[in-house]
Parts: sequence; C-alpha cells; structure tokens
Amino acid sequence: MEKFIYLFRGGDNHAHNAKDSKVAEANMKAWMDWMGSLAQKGILAGGEPLQPTGMQISGKSKVVTDGPFIEAKEMVGGYLIINAKDIKEAAEISKGCPIFNENGKVEIRPIQKMEM
Amino acid sequence: MSQPESKDPGKIVDHLFRHEAGKMVAVLTRMFGFSNIEQAEDVVQDTILSALHVWKFGKIPENPSAWLYQTAKNKAIDMLRRQQVKHKIDSEIAYLLKSEYTLAPTVSEMFTENEIQDSQLRMMFACCHPSISPELQISLILKTLCGLSVKEIANAFLTNEETIGKRLYRTKEKIRNEKIPLEYPGAEAMPSRTASILKTLYLLFNEGYNSSHQERLIREDLCEEAMRLALLLAENEKTSLPETHALLALMCYHTSRFNSRLDDKGMIILLKDQDRSQWNKFLITKGNEYMERSASGTNVSDLHLEAAIASIHANAMHYEQTDWKSILRLYDVLLSRTDNPMVSLNRAVVCAEVQGFETAISLLEEMKGLTENCYYNTSLAEMYLNIGNKTEAKKLLGKALSLTSSNAEIELIRKKINLCR
Repeated sequence: MEKFIYLFRGGDNHAHNAKDSKVAEANMKAWMDWMGSLAQKGILAGGEPLQPTGMQISGKSKVVTDGPFIEAKEMVGGYLIINAKDIKEAAEISKGCPIFNENGKVEIRPIQKMEM
Repeated sequence: MSQPESKDPGKIVDHLFRHEAGKMVAVLTRMFGFSNIEQAEDVVQDTILSALHVWKFGKIPENPSAWLYQTAKNKAIDMLRRQQVKHKIDSEIAYLLKSEYTLAPTVSEMFTENEIQDSQLRMMFACCHPSISPELQISLILKTLCGLSVKEIANAFLTNEETIGKRLYRTKEKIRNEKIPLEYPGAEAMPSRTASILKTLYLLFNEGYNSSHQERLIREDLCEEAMRLALLLAENEKTSLPETHALLALMCYHTSRFNSRLDDKGMIILLKDQDRSQWNKFLITKGNEYMERSASGTNVSDLHLEAAIASIHANAMHYEQTDWKSILRLYDVLLSRTDNPMVSLNRAVVCAEVQGFETAISLLEEMKGLTENCYYNTSLAEMYLNIGNKTEAKKLLGKALSLTSSNAEIELIRKKINLCR
C-alpha cells in the first residue's frame, strides 16, 4: 500500500470559498459523506482544509511576504492523505471527490519514500 | 423538554442539569468513545459551570437547552483539537473528529435530536452490558443517562458518597478493561440485550416506587427517569419490543396510584383503602394503550404477566370488584417460571381473596426463607387478624417492626398492633 496526497485547488464552495450558507451546508455534507466512505474502507489517512491567507518566507535573507500568492482558483485549499495500491487507484478514488461539482480540481502526488 | 418554572438561575440550572446533562454525556461519550466517558463528563460539568456563571450576571437565554448544547459543542471541539485528546478518542466516528474538514459539522450533527436519542440508546445498551452487574448498571445509568450526581445517587440508595464513588470507579475500570463499545448489538442479540435493559429499568423504577426513602421527590425522580428511558426504547423500532410496551404499561399503572398511596402525613394507604377516584385516569388509559401494543408476538414475558396483574387492579372501579380469580391465574403462571419467594408471597395474599384466609395462612406458614422479610410478617399478621387470632398477629407485627426503617411502614405496623389489643 502506498501513500498519496490529494491537493485541492479551486472549488467554489471549498472550505472558505462558500458564500451561500445553504449551498455550503450541502457541500459540507457531500464532503463528510465522501470522507466517511474513504475512512470506512481504510483509505483515509488524514487531511485538513487550509485558510486562504498565509505567509511566504524565501531566500537566504528569509524574505517574508504576506499571502495570498496566486489567484483563488489555483490556490491549494486543502489536502488529504490517502492509502492506495498505486497512482491509478488513487486517481480512481479521487473521482468521488465533491470538488468536481464545484469547479475545483485534485492534484495527486505520491508520497516520496526517502531511502537511507 | 419541560420548561423551567423558576427564574432563579440556580434552580433553572438544576432543572436543566437533570434533563440535559444525561443527554450531553451520552452524545459526548459517543464521540469520545466509552472508555473516555470521564472526559465527556468533564465537558458537561464545565458547560454547567459556564451556564451558572454567565446566567448569574446576564439574562437567562430564551432557549437554555440550546445554549447548553452550543456551549458543550464549543468545549468539545476545543478538547478534540488538543493533540493528546485526539489520539485517545476511540469511537466509531473518530476519523471524522480528527480532521478540520469534518470536526465541527460532525459535532454539530451529533447534537441534533435524532442523534441525541440514538446516543442515549447506545448508552443504555452499553450501561446494561452483560459484563456489568445489575447493581452497577443502575448506578451507571443514573450517573450517565439521568444526570444524577454521586451525592444524589448515594441519597437514593440510602448509602454514602464514598460507596457510590467506588462503585462507579469500578464500573468505569471495567468498561475500559473489557473494551465495552457504545454500539447497538447485532440483530440476533437485540432481543436479549433489550430485555436486560428492561430488567434494569424495572429495578430502577421499583427503587423509586417501593423505596423506603423518606424524600418523596427523589423517589418520583427515579420513577420518572425509568419511564423516560423506557419511552425512548418504545420510540425506536429496534427496541420497541412487546416486552418494552409491557414494562411501560406496568409503570403507567403503578404511577397512576403514586399520589394515593400516602396520606397527607406520609402514612401508607393500602390498596384496599385507597381512594380510587384519585388514581390518575390519564396514566391508566396510557397503560391500557401500552398493554394493547404489548400483545403482539407469541412470547408472554414475566413483564406481560406483571403488567396484566397491575392492569386488573388499575381497571377495577372498587376493591370488591377486583377480578381476583384472573389475578390468581396470572400468579400461577408467574410462579411456574420463577422461584422468586416474593411471587409466592404475593400469590398467597391473592389466594386469601379467592380461597379464604385459612388457605392463605397455611400457604404462608409453609414458605421458607421469608421470616426475615417485613412484608411477609405483615401479610401473615393481616391474615391472622382477619380470622381473629390477635396473639399470633401481634407477634408477627412485632417482628415486622424490627425489619423496617421506613417511618411510614413503622407507623402502619403500629396502627395494626393497636388493633390487636
């Protein structure tokens, strides 16, 4: 079993993006159901939604810049870590994600195992 | 929820505590896992303290229950966000509580009416788990589902706080060691597990109904709580068995006489002498309804038989119109399936009405192991008194007097002794 991360970008109602509370509530329910089904199958390993703000520290001089850094639809709005056999299975599993109903996308990245 | 009557924050919180604490403990324990029940109790305790503090200075909120739930939710979320707590939670919904994606909505969801009921039912199954002894089950139910404090439980059982504290501690240890889950049993075990809840609720009810406790309020509370929980079982299709309705019928019939059993001075009034117009008609009608609902399926449980006996009493307009023959037949069936000496004793008393005092006396005299029972001695004395044997009656009543600590019973026995002169 391998570990993968789902990076969620965009999503009209994802986490902080929601404006209409009724729509947000329905969306929340969809996410809970999906995550619940992943958890029951032992797929879900963790994950959190992210705020749209933040800081960036870069360079040798450690320059601090306040976020946001890119436009909302490209910003990572949250992540999940999941267990899957391979990236194909991980991709298949991601298709159940509610973010596709709200103009968002999922980026899947295998977790790198560091060799000794 | 019944509305608080007083505007005094202390009283309102007391009232709410009794009605809402049990619900909140059930919900929170379901979230944290049964083995973390103490954390759940801490959150509830903390919530109540907040209410006392905030309401003392400001206005009491329009909907105090909603205020309590909201506060409990916030405190629960705070607690669940702490890393060390997060690792300990072992409920079936733990995964939903570990991510911010689902934490807050899950906690909210758990405090909706359906889930509150569901949590209480699960809690009942867990508290009445076969590996916990009936005595411990009752204390645990009173603490977790009825919101009674250790002091109140000790008071109800006429013992001290230390004893109850130790009892609860042992129970919680058992829950952890045996890893008792907060789940519904499978379909196969459902009837027997429900039956054991019914048995415990029956004991809880009797504790309130028959208790020699001086304080009537405590006794009424125990009966009310037992009925509330039985009602929860009746409202859920999984646990709404014929026996559940039989128990509710029995409770309704008994409760209908609650106010007629004692006079103004707290003296016991015997069934024969009770003013039947004072019996609560609403509860008798309710009892009859549950009785009807209990009459499905093929199994006739002990509860059915006891409810049927209570039904005959409750529906007799006068003592003289009581259908003693039917009651005796029901006791015969009960006796054929139990060796409980109290059933034999009650049957013998009924026998007096059908076959006369002499028969009843010889039945009672033959019984073994009841000579230290107060009710046995008073019943037999009553029989002797009826056939004019005052000497024997007086002797038995003297013995009975040494076997009770209830003031009401002592008074009643003294009154009888005076008749023996």
